[in-house]
Amino acid sequence: MWNGANNPYEYDKDTGACALFGMINVEGKRFPSKDPVRAISNMRERGNGLGSGFAVYGIYPDYRELYAFHVMYLNHQAKRDVEKVLEENFRVVLSEELPTKEAKVWNPPLIWRYFVEPLTSKMREKNLTEDDYVVKNVMRINTAESGRALIFSSGKNMGVFKGVGYPEEIAEYFCLEEYEGYMWICHNRYPTNTPGWWGGAHPFNLLDWAVAHNGELSSYGTNRRFLATYGYECTMQTDTEVLTYAFDLLVRRHEIPLELVPKILTPPFWNEIDCMPQRQRQLLTTLRQIYSGLLMNGPFSIIVARHGQMIGLVDRIKLRPLTAAMKGNFFYLSSEEAAIRVVQPTLDKVWNLHGGEIAVGMVKVPVLV
Amino acid sequence: MRSYLLPEYVVRRDVKRCNKCKICIEQCTYGVHYYDEKDDYVLSRDENCVNCQRCVVFCPKRAIVIKKNPVSYRKNYHWTSEAIMAIKKQAETGSAILTGMGCDKPNLTYWDKLLLNASQVTNPSIDPLREPIELRTYLGKKGKQVELASNGGDVVLETELAPQLQLEIPVMFAAMSYGAVNLNVQEALVRAAVECGTYFNCGEGGLHPSLYKYGDHIIVQVASGRFGIHIEYLKVGAAIEIKIGQGAKPGIGGHLPGEKVSEEIAKMRMIPVGTDALSPAPHHDIYSIEDLKQLVYALKEATEYIKPVAVKIAAVHNVAAIASGIARSGADIIVIDGVRGSTGAAPKVIRDNVGIPVEFALAVVDERLRNEGIRNEVSIVVSGSIRNSADVVKAIALGADAVYIGTAALIAMGCTVCQRCYTGKCPWGIATTNPRISKRLNPEEASRRLVNLLNAWSIEIKEMLGGMGINAIESLRGNREQLRGIGLSESELKILNVKPAGM
Repeated sequence: MWNGANNPYEYDKDTGACALFGMINVEGKRFPSKDPVRAISNMRERGNGLGSGFAVYGIYPDYRELYAFHVMYLNHQAKRDVEKVLEENFRVVLSEELPTKEAKVWNPPLIWRYFVEPLTSKMREKNLTEDDYVVKNVMRINTAESGRALIFSSGKNMGVFKGVGYPEEIAEYFCLEEYEGYMWICHNRYPTNTPGWWGGAHPFNLLDWAVAHNGELSSYGTNRRFLATYGYECTMQTDTEVLTYAFDLLVRRHEIPLELVPKILTPPFWNEIDCMPQRQRQLLTTLRQIYSGLLMNGPFSIIVARHGQMIGLVDRIKLRPLTAAMKGNFFYLSSEEAAIRVVQPTLDKVWNLHGGEIAVGMVKVPVLV
Repeated sequence: MRSYLLPEYVVRRDVKRCNKCKICIEQCTYGVHYYDEKDDYVLSRDENCVNCQRCVVFCPKRAIVIKKNPVSYRKNYHWTSEAIMAIKKQAETGSAILTGMGCDKPNLTYWDKLLLNASQVTNPSIDPLREPIELRTYLGKKGKQVELASNGGDVVLETELAPQLQLEIPVMFAAMSYGAVNLNVQEALVRAAVECGTYFNCGEGGLHPSLYKYGDHIIVQVASGRFGIHIEYLKVGAAIEIKIGQGAKPGIGGHLPGEKVSEEIAKMRMIPVGTDALSPAPHHDIYSIEDLKQLVYALKEATEYIKPVAVKIAAVHNVAAIASGIARSGADIIVIDGVRGSTGAAPKVIRDNVGIPVEFALAVVDERLRNEGIRNEVSIVVSGSIRNSADVVKAIALGADAVYIGTAALIAMGCTVCQRCYTGKCPWGIATTNPRISKRLNPEEASRRLVNLLNAWSIEIKEMLGGMGINAIESLRGNREQLRGIGLSESELKILNVKPAGM
């Protein structure tokens, strides 16, 4: 994925600090961009204008059965090449330039969106599920295009909008006031290694997984090589990518209940596990033994989302902040409580996540897809 | 025949300091020092000295200094003194030159060419004095995926993991057999293993019944001679290791001379007193990889599948392919012993010329097993070269689960790496079974030294991990991002799969 244009120093992972904000309506009711954009913009100090982004769920109800690909191109040749691959492997129902308008952003690439469905014949030939087929193709294109093109959003009825600029500028550029979603994940970035590359902004996405991340994984080398043995090739070489794949592996492929995921990613210490009742001790010990390569070390707080779920998680010893809050039908996650208060001054409940703790906001009724 | 050999070392005694207490005479097992009654002097036979430093340490007056013999052959980069002496020795004896300990040649240690990382600004380092840092490691087959079931909202664990060894520090004591070392040494090692929550490997020489009570911390070895193996032996250990090869002497067997086979040792090895104990070069029931699989399962059957089985090999050229075969043989742990691996006795020419550095072997084995998707089928343990906690950390970052230490443990107990283990006269009471000399090693004190060593390494490993912003050792395993190479060629960097320093 890297080349001289987007990563002149050949860095392997993100080092930086950031602001996170997420907001979900647990009834699945869609709402506009006003509150999320205002909240994330309130944490301006945590970014430096070199990367911001939004993952919005429930924005394409008319095409809810189709995968929505958002693709950035550095040149027209890349677009022709990718479109050829897309047409060979998918039925492309709609292809259009992503609507944008004048805004204070830096050097935007060409961005297109495609609504596609996998070609059944090809899928059967490879004996893959629909999701696995999409993952395989997305990874293949992203690896092969090596920085010239990037599929940065590939879920159904959701989309990622990201680039180089402050959050309110990116929101304006992508005309986010035109969209309504029931869940918004927002990110404001202070990068130290890939400034100026649109693909390097958060959230990261695969299928309907989106991850916004504040931190740095000291375990990145271990995590990446562990995930590679399960077929996940890290193409973007940022540590956030491994978090996305870890969730995909554990929750989607290995069907591990969400509440157990932190016991793998940010497990309790052995001396705590040793004191637990026998059955729990055995469960947690086995999880740590099998998935030792997925323990995420280093300072981080993350918001992970997929349809119907917004998950907050902080590192084992809480080196980065994350606040959760509830008000009526809304569940919030934010790097700072102030950002929540700015859009909702009175809250039913507010709490700071402990190290290794998870907070989940879920839509009560199954929504879409 | 008159010997043409020059003494390698000379003993210098300060006669003003020497009070003729004769402790040096008593301590030296090679007969270097003697007392000349006529002149009332303590004198030395320099040609016998092996530079073990025993007399130097024990001289109450600090009157003795051992020096490399300043008289040597004319300087020659090709015909070195070592090369000339070897020829002279062989011309006089007609035999292979024996040696002890690991290969002592330069340029084979790659640990020193790897540098570790630490966090600055973007990632806070963790202070091990204030925050927990975990070193616990489990060795054994892990499998790829957990199986869970749900029982009325409760998550029920369906996976039953293969048997595991639990280590509180990823450092174990390498195989040293009863015969190569004496019982005091083994007792010191196993007691330290118990105290530190790790394991001691008893090597191929049976297990003395007085050590059975420590069985939970003993790895019992099955080697090509099958000495001392019976069902009780297999059952008493926490794990079983099949020894195929040894880094110090890949491809050749072992030889415990009859003189060392005392009554007690004969009993443990189940052979007649005074007979040579010859371990064949190969296992004569393993001429191919599928035969190994049969032995792995024979041992598992015999012990009812409740303990892991390890397979130890020497690091040789095609080690990756061999390891891949072993991982598919049912073995739970692969042990790789590098070219620096130590021994009680080996032909010098083999020790110094056969095998490859364990750093390379480890890097390619870990990579190969990952590429084949079977890395979690086995744990990897490396041995042969580990000198300090930094070597341990680098080994784990390259991909090892744990390491074995042999020489380092012996040094902690007194060994000075004089390389004369094969003589059976070790003045430090280690590589000897002579009861008079063995008494010099007090298991209680030696075990204290070993525990201190592991505790010190444990602190240092935690400091290094904390510096990287890592608080559990599993986040270091295979984390080559934390390593950089210095002074390495492109191909060496490629094999190790690490970036050069500065990148």
